[in-house]
Amino acid sequence: MVKKKTIRTIPQERTPILHQNPKERIQNFDEVALGYTLEDALKESERCLMCPETPCIPGCPVGIDIPGFIAKIVEKDYRGAYDVLTDSNLLPAICGRVCPQEDQCEGVCTVGDTLEPVAIGRLERWLGDLAIAEGWCNIPYIEPNGFRIGIVGSGPAGIACAADMAKAGCDVTLFEAFHKPGGVLRYGIPEFRLPNDVIGAEIDALSKLGVKIKCNTLVGRLFTLEQMLDEMGFDAVFVGTGAGYPSFMGIPGESLNGVLSANELLTRCNLMHAGEFPDYDTPLHLGQKVAVIGSGNTAMDAMRVCLRLGAENVHCVYRRTKTESPARAEEIEHAEQEGIEFHWLAAPVEIFGDDENNVRGMRCIRMELGEPDDSGRRRPVRVDGSEFEFEADMIVYAIGTNANPIIGQTAKLKLNKWGYIETDENLATSMAGVFAGGDIVTGGATVILAMGAGRKAAASMKAYLGIRDSDSVYSCEPDDEATTLFGIDAREKNFSRVRIA
Amino acid sequence: MATKSSDRAVLSDTSDPTHEHDDESAVEIVARRDFSDVTFLLEFTHPMMAKAARPGQFVIVIPHEHGERIPLTIADFDRDRGTVTLVIQAVGKTTIEMQQTSQVGTTLFGVVGPMGTPSHIGDLGKVVCVGGGLGVAPVFPQARAFKENGAYVIGVIGFRNKELVFWEDKFRKYCDEFIICSDDGSVGIKGLVTDGIKLAMEKHADIDEVVAIGPPIMMKACAETTRASGIKTTVSLNPIMVDGTGMCGGCRVKIGEGIKFACVDGPDFDGHQVDFDDLMNRLKRFKDEEEKATQRWSKTCRLRGEGSASTGSRA
Repeated sequence: MVKKKTIRTIPQERTPILHQNPKERIQNFDEVALGYTLEDALKESERCLMCPETPCIPGCPVGIDIPGFIAKIVEKDYRGAYDVLTDSNLLPAICGRVCPQEDQCEGVCTVGDTLEPVAIGRLERWLGDLAIAEGWCNIPYIEPNGFRIGIVGSGPAGIACAADMAKAGCDVTLFEAFHKPGGVLRYGIPEFRLPNDVIGAEIDALSKLGVKIKCNTLVGRLFTLEQMLDEMGFDAVFVGTGAGYPSFMGIPGESLNGVLSANELLTRCNLMHAGEFPDYDTPLHLGQKVAVIGSGNTAMDAMRVCLRLGAENVHCVYRRTKTESPARAEEIEHAEQEGIEFHWLAAPVEIFGDDENNVRGMRCIRMELGEPDDSGRRRPVRVDGSEFEFEADMIVYAIGTNANPIIGQTAKLKLNKWGYIETDENLATSMAGVFAGGDIVTGGATVILAMGAGRKAAASMKAYLGIRDSDSVYSCEPDDEATTLFGIDAREKNFSRVRIA
Repeated sequence: MATKSSDRAVLSDTSDPTHEHDDESAVEIVARRDFSDVTFLLEFTHPMMAKAARPGQFVIVIPHEHGERIPLTIADFDRDRGTVTLVIQAVGKTTIEMQQTSQVGTTLFGVVGPMGTPSHIGDLGKVVCVGGGLGVAPVFPQARAFKENGAYVIGVIGFRNKELVFWEDKFRKYCDEFIICSDDGSVGIKGLVTDGIKLAMEKHADIDEVVAIGPPIMMKACAETTRASGIKTTVSLNPIMVDGTGMCGGCRVKIGEGIKFACVDGPDFDGHQVDFDDLMNRLKRFKDEEEKATQRWSKTCRLRGEGSASTGSRA
């Protein structure tokens, strides 16, 4: 039995994580935050109080049994810990890296009321990495149920939905328009935050569940959602195509060469390896003085990529202040350490070019914060007469994205006025058998929220198809009295999967 | 810690699910024709794409694993054979490389599409289909579709000289009237396609639409030729793009007062609204890199040529 822990008996300090030195790391694309060692993980696990309230579980968008997996680490049953973790989250090595834990599980951790919260994200990452290194993969016994599920988009929402449907016994096919699967994990998040081999390993786990992945397939244009349901034999379809359509501001000079979206910059670099031009054929034309407009996680990624590719200096121009900045605190901190210059309360009004149509700078205006707007953040207001010029030979827009229009153009799905797909509370769309989730429903959000939506849509799909959700009979902590039904352990995963209809 | 080189190793490892490309996503080239020393035709097998393709749409081709994604307008599709045809001009590193390596029996690493909004083929009375140079290929499916929809089709195609002419007979078959122009007069009338359009306009007062595809400068001239008469003039834009699915915004074009993405809002636009100067400026975006890559390619080609002569191996 684990001895009852109290806030006084646990290690008071959060186990630190090592980071690559900023001076060194801006020369490479290796990960910035180095992972925990076994000793670190064991030490940090001791800090979980195993409190009865477990606020961290509802704090997690996919409801991971966090004290459950930490307890297994404490018991040194690492495989057991992985089993608990992957019961809710197929992609621990990814989520441990990219989730905004400070706003989720760690933000509500009981230990955090008094001390620094338990480093749940770091533990999750450690366990995910260990599983990859050990080649662990949880492939439950899956009895095929004959249903065929099509998933449109292989980003986090699609992956999460595909995993749940495959575990439920469905024959799942995941369609991706790019030539590699992963969606935003692949084209958007740079290697120093999420290495490609981690994505590869996690998606490999999906293949092991029997999910078929079809790349180079643009659903909507190669075949429509209607065709998937009527001609191709899919019983249900999930749409997770994301909000990838980049926004521009509509100010003069935006079409000058050297002005591009963060999406384009990141896709060229992450997916197409423009940093290795000419060994890879995709060019970038990196500037020496780069200005990135916006201060979200995408802006941080774009700036830090430019720095690593050799830009002399990189600036962040944001119309509000650091406090309102949507990026994770850790990302801003990393960017600051690496020498990114932040210009808060400034907004571009015009971009200038040279005779050859290349960008050479922009005019900005100072802002001040006024009354809070709908988002609750104080609205930036222009300060008259405060315009100033800013030199830059590359300007990157990271001011948000809109709904990808292709599914809307090609299917009779009800969209809202911004082009996002309308769903009911169970993520069912206006078309029978078609579900949607992630950024294409909510607008740009986070990886884990998209995964949460994918799982929620999977639960609705199972209800729609009459597949009883196996989660209801599975618990990772054995009851005292072992129960069997018809001679089968009732706790066995996927046991009660029967079709009701 | 994972280093960059080990990441690469894993990526090329068979444990990565992306290895599926080799088996499934790669498409095989089943026919090739060379029209001139720079222009060539490739036909590849992709039954689903052949079934889905509509006039005006394009594909993105990734020739090999290290390749870039290049947009190419569909020149023809054959639903019975399950093939799609592209006509390509070897102008940059990627297309020059394809001209040398893409032979019958070889594969393209990835082809995705059809992309873009299909051309609107109404049951028009009279339409002029204009193809300049390579543009003859992408305008062909539109001419055919118009003809099959019952329109009166006037074909106007133009080349620099007789040696560069291709698809004359194929095009003519779907035209009620046909005008071929050449810069030097070596074939057809001596003049530009705009002269052909003027001839058609003089003869027919009731032209409903002009569809013009070719280099931007040609499409601009065509739009100017019809502007005064107000005849609807549709052009197909081919700006630089990465994904072709609306994600990068690299293909943004100025249409009237607004900005559109050619990949999802186009590639067809009202020629009278297009800012062609902006498009032409944006096409020069990677001029330096293009030159560098092309030079490097021709250099390694020479080296490879010497290497294979001595070792007898094919790189």
